[in-house]
Amino acid sequence: MTAVHPAPVSARQVRPPPEAPLAMLAELTHRCPLACPYCSNPLELTGRERELTAEQWAGVFRQAAGLGVLQLHLSGGEPASRPDLVQIVTAAREAGLYTNLITSGIGLTGRRLEELDAAGLDHVQLSLQGVNAGIADHVGGYKGGFDRKMMVAAEIARIGFPLTINAVMHRHNLGDLAQTIALAHRLGARRIEIACVQFQGWALRNRAALQPTREQVEDAKRIVAQARVDYAGRLSIDFVPPDYFADFPKACMNGWGSTGLNIAPDGKVLPCHAAEIIPGLQFQNVLTTPLAEIWNDGPAFNAFRGTDWMPELCRACDRRDIDHGGCRCQAMALAGDARATDPVCRRSPHRAALDALIAAETGVAPPPFEYRRMPH
Amino acid sequence: MTPADRPFLPRGVRLHQDRVRGVPVLLGPETALMLDPVGQAVLAEVDGRRDIAAISEALAERYAAPVEMIQSDVIEFLDDMAARRLVEVA
Repeated sequence: MTAVHPAPVSARQVRPPPEAPLAMLAELTHRCPLACPYCSNPLELTGRERELTAEQWAGVFRQAAGLGVLQLHLSGGEPASRPDLVQIVTAAREAGLYTNLITSGIGLTGRRLEELDAAGLDHVQLSLQGVNAGIADHVGGYKGGFDRKMMVAAEIARIGFPLTINAVMHRHNLGDLAQTIALAHRLGARRIEIACVQFQGWALRNRAALQPTREQVEDAKRIVAQARVDYAGRLSIDFVPPDYFADFPKACMNGWGSTGLNIAPDGKVLPCHAAEIIPGLQFQNVLTTPLAEIWNDGPAFNAFRGTDWMPELCRACDRRDIDHGGCRCQAMALAGDARATDPVCRRSPHRAALDALIAAETGVAPPPFEYRRMPH
Repeated sequence: MTPADRPFLPRGVRLHQDRVRGVPVLLGPETALMLDPVGQAVLAEVDGRRDIAAISEALAERYAAPVEMIQSDVIEFLDDMAARRLVEVA
C-alpha cells in the first residue's frame, strides 16, 4: 500500500518552473579574423582545442529544440572560421530550429553560401563596422575586410537569403548613421539593427574610446525617426539606443533566465554572453549536464530569476516587471554589485557617478582602441 | 493592401508547429510570433496564388461571417505583417 506523506517543501519546489526558452545563441568559436574593440566575447577567450565538435553541437541543438527553443543564432567569434559550419547548420535545421548566421562575412564565399543555402540556413545577419573601408577596417582591425564584406553581401543577395545588417554604432561612426541605413537598403537588407555599443566584454575595456557624446545620441534618435518614415515597408529598423543615456535600464535578456540562453564554444551554458563577469555564479556545461536541467534548475539561471534577489528599490518599483531591475552584468561593472539596481536607472544611487563618468569620457579626445586579441 | 493583392510568405518566413507549447508559430528573422486563431486561419490561406478577395471569401464561408467584415480584418492583419516584412505581396 502507498502511504501519502506531504512532500517536504523546499524553496526549490516552491519556485514555479521557468517558461521554455525561445532563443539560443551558440558561440561556435571565439576565433575571428576581426579584432573589433567592442567584441561581446569575454576577455578570456576560449581556444580552438576546447571547442565543441559538430556532433556535440548537433546533440545540443536537439536538446534545445526539445526544451522549446525556436530560434538559433549561430555566432562567435566568427562562425565561418569553423570548417564544419555547413554540417552544423544541417544539424540545426534537422533539429527543427530557425537558423540564423551572425557573421562578419569574412570566410564566406559564394560557393560556401550556396552550401549553407542547401543546408537550409534561414537567415543571415551581416555585421557592418562602417560605411567605407577607411572607418570599417580601422574598427575591425582587419585590412581589406570591408571590400570582402561587400562581395559577400552581393553573394547573399544573389542567392536570396533574407538579410539583416547589424550596424554597431559608437563615437567613431554615429556621424555616418544616415549613410549606414542607406547602405543597408542598397545591400538588399530587409532589416537593420542599429545597435549602439553595450559596454560589456571588450567594449567595457574600450569604453572611453567608444562612448558617444550626448549630442550624437540625440542626432541618432532624430535620424532613426526620420528613416523609419522614409524606409517604411522597405527596411525594418531596430534601434538599440545607448542605455547609459536613458532614464531607465533596458529589460536585459527580457529578464534573466526568462527567454534566452547562451552556449560558449566549450559548451558552458550562460544566462547571457557577459555573465561570466559576475563572481560566484556556478556555470554548468552541456557536455556533463542535460540542457533542460541547467535551464530549469541551474544555479546561475536561478540566481536572478523572479524578484526575490532584487534590492528593495527595484522590488517596490512600478517598473519592476518592465525592466526587471536592468542588466546584472552592468550593475556588476558599474556598481561592483550584481544585485544592485542597474546604475542607468534615474532612481539608482549610482546614477550621478555614471553621469560624471559619461561627462569625463566624452569631454576629452577618445583614447586609441585596445583591439581584441586571442591568447597566444 | 487591397483586395486584389496576392500575399505570400517571403523567403525566411515560415509557419511552424511548436510541439512544446502546442501552438502554431510564425518564424522569421528575429521573430517568433505565437499565432492566435485569427492569425492562424489567415496565414493558412496565404499561398501566393489567391488574392485577398478570394482568401476573404473562403474564410467568410468557413466561419459563416459577412465577407466585408472578414476582408477588413484580413487586410488589417496582413498590413501589420507586411509592415514587419513578414508578408509580401505579388
